Amino acid sequence: MYKTEQWELNKNLAQMLKGGVIMDVTNPEQAKIAEEAGAVAVMALERVPSDIRKQGGVARMSDPKMIKEIQAAVSIPVMAKARIGHIAEAQILEALKIDYIDESEVLTPADDMYHLDKTQFKVPFVCGARNIGEALRRIGEGASMIRTKGEAGTGNVVEAVRHMRAMQSEIKRLTTMGHEELMTYAKDNGAPFELVEYVAENGKLPVVNFAAGGIATPADAALMMQLGSEGVFVGSGIFKSSNPKVMARAIVKATAYYNQPEILAEVSEGLGEAMKGIEISEIAPENLMAQRGW
Amino acid sequence: MSALEKIGANRLIVKTAADLDKIDALIIPGGESTTVSRLLNIFGMTEPIRKRIKDGMPVWGTCAGMILLAKNVLGGEPCLGVMDVTVRRNAYGRQTESFKSSAVIPEISEAPVPLVFIRAPWVESVGGNVKILCEINGHIAAVRENNMLATAFHPELTSSTAALEYFLRRI
Repeated sequence: MYKTEQWELNKNLAQMLKGGVIMDVTNPEQAKIAEEAGAVAVMALERVPSDIRKQGGVARMSDPKMIKEIQAAVSIPVMAKARIGHIAEAQILEALKIDYIDESEVLTPADDMYHLDKTQFKVPFVCGARNIGEALRRIGEGASMIRTKGEAGTGNVVEAVRHMRAMQSEIKRLTTMGHEELMTYAKDNGAPFELVEYVAENGKLPVVNFAAGGIATPADAALMMQLGSEGVFVGSGIFKSSNPKVMARAIVKATAYYNQPEILAEVSEGLGEAMKGIEISEIAPENLMAQRGW
Repeated sequence: MSALEKIGANRLIVKTAADLDKIDALIIPGGESTTVSRLLNIFGMTEPIRKRIKDGMPVWGTCAGMILLAKNVLGGEPCLGVMDVTVRRNAYGRQTESFKSSAVIPEISEAPVPLVFIRAPWVESVGGNVKILCEINGHIAAVRENNMLATAFHPELTSSTAALEYFLRRI
């Protein structure tokens, strides 16, 4: 159940990441650059989403050797991705004492029916969601942190905006509903009733909610924070830009000072080229990562 | 912040050096100590905060905040370096070793206080003027030195306001 003591501890670990940036890194050197720039955590993976998108094929969990090297290189938390529903990959990551597992649609799903039963693990999970129902289903399964799915590897923030706006407007709507409306809402949105009740009473998710998928510039990060994100994941946006060190630091600053335009203007200056983006309509529907999972 | 609101204290989130002039006491909450200390440096806040603390402003660091206050940090670098303690970062291990406990801390409250340890540090040794307030499983978890209070646990993650009220009494 999501009310266990371990879930409480895991949910609280995520609180420590609030206001921060989590960066995708593929080797120890990048991990050190991320830490140096002020990242609150790094996501260890073999290929950033934009390369996964380009190269195609089945994307799986990263090599434990590479994950261990990154764990040894930095003192901030290290996260890694497991395929949706891949129990064994998640067990392997837990055995590596990873700080967080991202059950991620960026990798090729291993199970087209079921997400992981995250209550079977001590290690905390972060999961992607496009709307409130999906977020509450993942929390019901034991996730201790939620992020928008966005559309990873595109450098295009529009999907992350769509998902964050959808969640925020539903959260607001729930706070105005009468108690008698909540069961119908739970049914219509496929969400656990108790969690619907929680959101209606508290006006927020019971876990932290980050933005992910398409954030490529400091301004993108600040935008997501202004829309209600509690922090951001940046995947390809940093190490696919022309000057990763400068970009990493600028995104960290923009996330912390998201509502101070003077600082945003200052950090946005002279960053070199951001990653080349993709217009979402140019992606074939079957290649949209956000559609994976349910 | 909501705990401060609950007990009716005036409060402000300090984000810039200018904000420091508006406060009487400072709480440095949990977070990633490496990240927070880098941001303090990048935004030129390390020195102004250090100066205020040396001038006697009451300060309380929880978890990462404790690490920022310490003069010596094992497994990391000192940041503010104002408190005469040696602290070990991530002393208990990674997240799977995080835990919850409770204890009576006489100086804070007669009733047991809930304690949440998240990738927590512990205090390895203390200087002559530092008072040890609490030990958990043989490791020092709370200390005070004049105007400085440091706890390895996170009262801000529990509904108990005992430690907060203790801190405010001392302002």
